[in-house]
Amino acid sequence: MARSAFNFWVGVFVLAGFVALLVLALKVGNLGSDGVRDPYRVKAHFSNIGGLKEKAPVRSAGVLVGRVAQIRFDNKRYDAEVTLELDKRFAFPTDTSASILTSGILGENYVGLDGGGEEVMLKEGDEMKLTQSAVVLEQIIGQFLYSKAQEGAPKKAE
Amino acid sequence: MLAVPITAKTWGSLPPMLDTVTHAIAELGRKTIGGVERVGALTRFLGQILFSSGASFRRIGLTIREVYFSGVLSLIIILVSGFFVGMVLGMQGYETLQTYGSEEKLGVLVALSLVRELGPVVSALLFASRAGSAITAEIGLMKATEQLSAMEMMAVDPVSRVVAPRFWGGVISMPLLAAMFSAIGVFGAYIVGVVIIGIDNGAFWSQMQAAVDFRYDIVNGVIKSIIFGIAVSAIAVFEGFAAPPTAEGVSGATTRTVVSASLVILALDLVLTAFMLRGWR
Repeated sequence: MARSAFNFWVGVFVLAGFVALLVLALKVGNLGSDGVRDPYRVKAHFSNIGGLKEKAPVRSAGVLVGRVAQIRFDNKRYDAEVTLELDKRFAFPTDTSASILTSGILGENYVGLDGGGEEVMLKEGDEMKLTQSAVVLEQIIGQFLYSKAQEGAPKKAE
Repeated sequence: MLAVPITAKTWGSLPPMLDTVTHAIAELGRKTIGGVERVGALTRFLGQILFSSGASFRRIGLTIREVYFSGVLSLIIILVSGFFVGMVLGMQGYETLQTYGSEEKLGVLVALSLVRELGPVVSALLFASRAGSAITAEIGLMKATEQLSAMEMMAVDPVSRVVAPRFWGGVISMPLLAAMFSAIGVFGAYIVGVVIIGIDNGAFWSQMQAAVDFRYDIVNGVIKSIIFGIAVSAIAVFEGFAAPPTAEGVSGATTRTVVSASLVILALDLVLTAFMLRGWR
């Protein structure tokens, strides 16, 4: 085979390989699709983050507005400090509340934002004051059993 | 109670029995030492290839030729197997996920298993049997017909002229083949899951994109396939170059290439996966 034929087929092969990589990156992977472009970071403290992980989505009204950038333990306040990366296109008032929610019963944890009524908007480095921790199933069951026991107790005393 | 009396006969039969035992131990030792020697020789040979691979880039035509023989000619088997593997994953994944009512997660299952594991591993196994065996047989036969000695006599280094281009050809082809395997596998799963079974098209792709991370899944898969490419190509050229120059020797070397390359791929995969899941720290 002539050298130019080799070059041609190897060129086709290499191009096809890179197209496959591009398809994997853009169509299969998350490169380009939902990356937060031009983000600003805000902090929120939660007493319990449940199963929240870094890169978990941040949604407002169910729409993706950012991602969880960093989770670390605050050794002074003994709670979790979660840094959220929000898209600059979406501005939220300073009294926005953040809560850790679960998609479906067994789904992943995400941060839900509920916009408040303040005029001033959150900026880079601000902290969200209103937060609601993850719901821990064991605690709910525990509270339920406790309240049931409370209901039952007086009856027995009578 | 039933003690066998020690007679001249039992003493007489002991040495042959001992002989079989000591022979087995000696054989085990010989095999072990031989194996360690091969690993050492392979490592030194890899160093020699890297040292004398200047010509494969200065005369890029040599390497392009080898990319054609090991990469382009492996395309058919890689694409067809990738397509079938993806379709089977789609069917099997659907059967299991459906019992939890989460069949739209099929895209995630297929994409993650292909990109992280099956793409690099299965395409490396196929590459070892399709291209690795051909490289070994070619170099082994060149040695058996004394073409390599003839080159040496003409002051042409056979490692830089014959071995290094084949090595680099394999190293370049492998990640590209693995990427194509994964991509066509996802397409096969799409055909089975969305087109034939009827999972929601949007959920299939969006769940997949939400779960597959570019850095952690795709780049790690590419790193794996590059390392597999180096391992398979090094073993293939080494076995060919070290093959005894007989018809029997070449056939044995070809078999050894496929067997040891497959084992090395699977063992390396375990090590790499452990590192990638648990982090490099």
